[in-house]
Amino acid sequence: MISESMLTVAYLGAAALFILALGGLSSNDTARRGNMYGMSGMALAITATIVAHVQANIGLLVSMMAIGGIAGFILARRVQMTQMPELVAILHSMVGMAAVLVGYTSFMDPAAPASGVEKVIHEVEVYLGIFIGMVTFSGSVIAYGKLSGLLGGKPLLLPARHSLNLMMLLATIVLGVLFVQAESHHSAYLPLYVMTAIAFIFGIHMVVAIGGADMPVVISMLNSYSGWAAAATGFMLSNDLLIITGALVGSSGAILSYIMCRAMNRKFLSVISGGFGMTVASSSGGGAEQGEVNPIDSVEAVQLLREAGEVMIVPGYGMATAQAQHAVSQLTRLLQQHGINVRFGIHPVAGRMPGHMNVLLAEAKVPYDIVFEMDEINSDFPDVDVAIVIGANDTVNPSALEGSDSPIAGMPVLEVWNSKHCIVMKRGMATGYAGVDNPLFFKENTRMLFGDARVMMEELVQQIHD
Amino acid sequence: MKIGVLKEIHSGERRVALTPEIVGSLGKLGFSVIIEAGAGVQADYVDADFQEAGAEVVADAATVWENTGLIVKIHAPEGDEPGMMRVGTFLISFIWPSQNEELLKWLAERKATAFAMDSIPRISRAQKLDALSSMANIGGYRAVVEAASHFGRFFPGQITAAGKVAPARVMVIGAGVAGLAAIGAAKSLGAIVRAFDTRPEVKEQIQSMDAEFLELDFEEDASGSGGYAKVMSKAFIEAEMALFAEQARQVDIIITTALIPGKPAPRLITAEMVRSMRKGSVIVDLAAEQGGNCELTTPHEVVREHGVTIIGYTDLPGRLPAQSSQLYATNIYHLLAELSPARDGELLVNMDDDVIRGATVVNQGEITWPPPPVSVSAAPAKPAPAPVAPVVEEKKQSSAIGRMVAMLLAAAGLLGLGMVAPPAFMAHFTVFVLSCFVGYMVIWNVTPSLHTPLMSVTNAISSIIIVGALIQIDSDNRAIVILAAIAALITSMNIIGGFAVTRRMLKMFKG
Repeated sequence: MISESMLTVAYLGAAALFILALGGLSSNDTARRGNMYGMSGMALAITATIVAHVQANIGLLVSMMAIGGIAGFILARRVQMTQMPELVAILHSMVGMAAVLVGYTSFMDPAAPASGVEKVIHEVEVYLGIFIGMVTFSGSVIAYGKLSGLLGGKPLLLPARHSLNLMMLLATIVLGVLFVQAESHHSAYLPLYVMTAIAFIFGIHMVVAIGGADMPVVISMLNSYSGWAAAATGFMLSNDLLIITGALVGSSGAILSYIMCRAMNRKFLSVISGGFGMTVASSSGGGAEQGEVNPIDSVEAVQLLREAGEVMIVPGYGMATAQAQHAVSQLTRLLQQHGINVRFGIHPVAGRMPGHMNVLLAEAKVPYDIVFEMDEINSDFPDVDVAIVIGANDTVNPSALEGSDSPIAGMPVLEVWNSKHCIVMKRGMATGYAGVDNPLFFKENTRMLFGDARVMMEELVQQIHD
Repeated sequence: MKIGVLKEIHSGERRVALTPEIVGSLGKLGFSVIIEAGAGVQADYVDADFQEAGAEVVADAATVWENTGLIVKIHAPEGDEPGMMRVGTFLISFIWPSQNEELLKWLAERKATAFAMDSIPRISRAQKLDALSSMANIGGYRAVVEAASHFGRFFPGQITAAGKVAPARVMVIGAGVAGLAAIGAAKSLGAIVRAFDTRPEVKEQIQSMDAEFLELDFEEDASGSGGYAKVMSKAFIEAEMALFAEQARQVDIIITTALIPGKPAPRLITAEMVRSMRKGSVIVDLAAEQGGNCELTTPHEVVREHGVTIIGYTDLPGRLPAQSSQLYATNIYHLLAELSPARDGELLVNMDDDVIRGATVVNQGEITWPPPPVSVSAAPAKPAPAPVAPVVEEKKQSSAIGRMVAMLLAAAGLLGLGMVAPPAFMAHFTVFVLSCFVGYMVIWNVTPSLHTPLMSVTNAISSIIIVGALIQIDSDNRAIVILAAIAALITSMNIIGGFAVTRRMLKMFKG
């Protein structure tokens, strides 16, 4: 048994370590140290809490933690880097579920305040904690389903979805009032259960309506929610460590969502209200004639690359789905051996989660000092001899800048068409997620290299070898 | 059909309308050429070369007029030339119909058909016919050469054993063809070049030539029809003049190319500005013919005022006679190719063709100038930008008010909370709000390439929720124990999984 003050000191230490962990991520050099800080903080917090609070059920607890820990470790070991978004989504769902469970235990706890303002505040906290936790849980499960392909990527839109959402929110508030004002502890359970069910449906409904390419926003948003759920739990348990950590995570996710929305030039609310890419699909049909595309094969592509001095590679989600990152890395090394300067240009929303492309390229051992953010390199394209677009579409669509009536108008895009040649690797002529035709494909300096990104990349590597 | 080429009689003119090379090409279009002896000598094209290319060289101009159906010239007929014109003759030359009504009438009387090289519509299809552009290009280049030869210093900056030389600063006003050519020439001589134009769309072109675009803090679009600039509002011109006055004190060379079609050239450089320039500076006024952009310009001449050399030559393209003859002749060739689609040496004046319609100022004795306007296909009509400025201001104001309202509301909300909430809650709340700020500060520093690890690590630490389960697991209530145990199970999975996968990713980033 340790004293309450000692426990507070331990929590303070853990909170400081968590802040250092996040601070460490500001650069590649300090990131791993940051992760160590995070682990130490977590170990410190858990150990101190166990020592302070757990006696009777220590056996049960340790075995549970061991099972969970081993399962998590195996998961982390086995996961493919291309599946990171799925893993993150499923992990979010667990934080949400844990918040729900802890919320219920806290409400059942006889030690909870039984009267007065304390009771009301505590119950509001419980109620909010469970609600946020449940939305996080069901939303993340659906996000997982969409990312892993178990559910279709297309947004599912119920006819009156906005009013449905509104009704569910209203019902939640009404139930909340009933819950807090319930006569007895016992009669409060019913509104709590009903609210949990509504929150469950609410989470599902919200994410179902959002399409695949908006997933970076959804993932960041769920990340944020998992933080707020932890913070709400901290309030109900009067535990500052939970509040601090929850607030850190919550603001982290919120900032990521903001960055992602800005990169798509869209309002957070319009992403969350869903349905993007469905209503606008028709607007592309009426467009003027687009002209001819110029297909090439890998032999010609290699010729272009051999003559180039500056090459910029622009990967998109297509590189992840085709698992082409290793072939891309190989090509990069070969081109560098030929004295060609190769760089990568990454759009903030490329892929299905923030930083997705960076992780894939890092996995394939592409040195990170040649990987650049959009803003860093967008003005360099006129000096680029060949830009290679791998499975990206909307993020390189010139109509975002040129056509004011385009649904993606105003979205910042990588201006690959300014390079002398642009090779676009694509499986076919399908439109991107936004359902907008891409004039890039019809530009004079664009060459289409049709085929699976990995197969084509490997062909290129083979050709250069010969 | 026979094409006649004359020795230009315009004073000081050294160019010739066709070159031997183009004479050869015209042969393939079915035309034969008769040329006055010595017509190309001043542009270094001798009679023997023309003969070799298949042209017939005759001794005097009258013979040329007599024996040909089409006369190609640089300047419009002047002096005794119109008198020699046969009835029904075709003519290609610069005509400037708006300033030469007499000539138009004369041509009409003679039942002539005249194509004015200065009236070719400025659309992309007609670029290869556009003699104004090709001459302006040469003029812009020559302007820089003239400036350099009158400027007593280097253009490029140098650090020599004898000391440091600052690079020349050149300002180019008007970034049309001539302006851009001047920018390119000055740049390649090593000067620091800045340029101004009233049309915002040329900003990119200026920047693409590696020159600095001088921005005017003013909203007005000067793009008139046909790719020319239009007359600007008074306020705009005041802002513009202030900019020039400021630049005049800084730069060594000013090259002005500002022209508005059918109007005298705008006065942009005042005597006061000239006085404020450094001694030895040079102004080249490419608009001298239309009165000049500089108040002190004397057309056709070089003058020195307040220690500044002001060059008012109006024949800059003619000062590179071989080059300008070559480009002009090529423009003529392309016009003839348009006029003779069957390549049989006969002219077909197709008035439905925008380019030919525009160029034809007299058609078989009928004056067809001015032509109906041709719209530039790529430029959609733009809404008037004038009301933009006040709207923006209002928005800013309302957002400032909005922010204030939001802050007041937040303060009121917090105050309300403070009145009802117990102190313990407020303590937690303080911690919460401060942590949000800390999070905000820390997260903005995270490098974007580490956003995925950021998500997995925040996921791991958000599993701190396990503390809630730990506190509850020793409860006497069986249900609580079970729920807490499950919570502990999934959160520990999350903790280990999150940290492990972060570690794995960061290892890769180490490269």
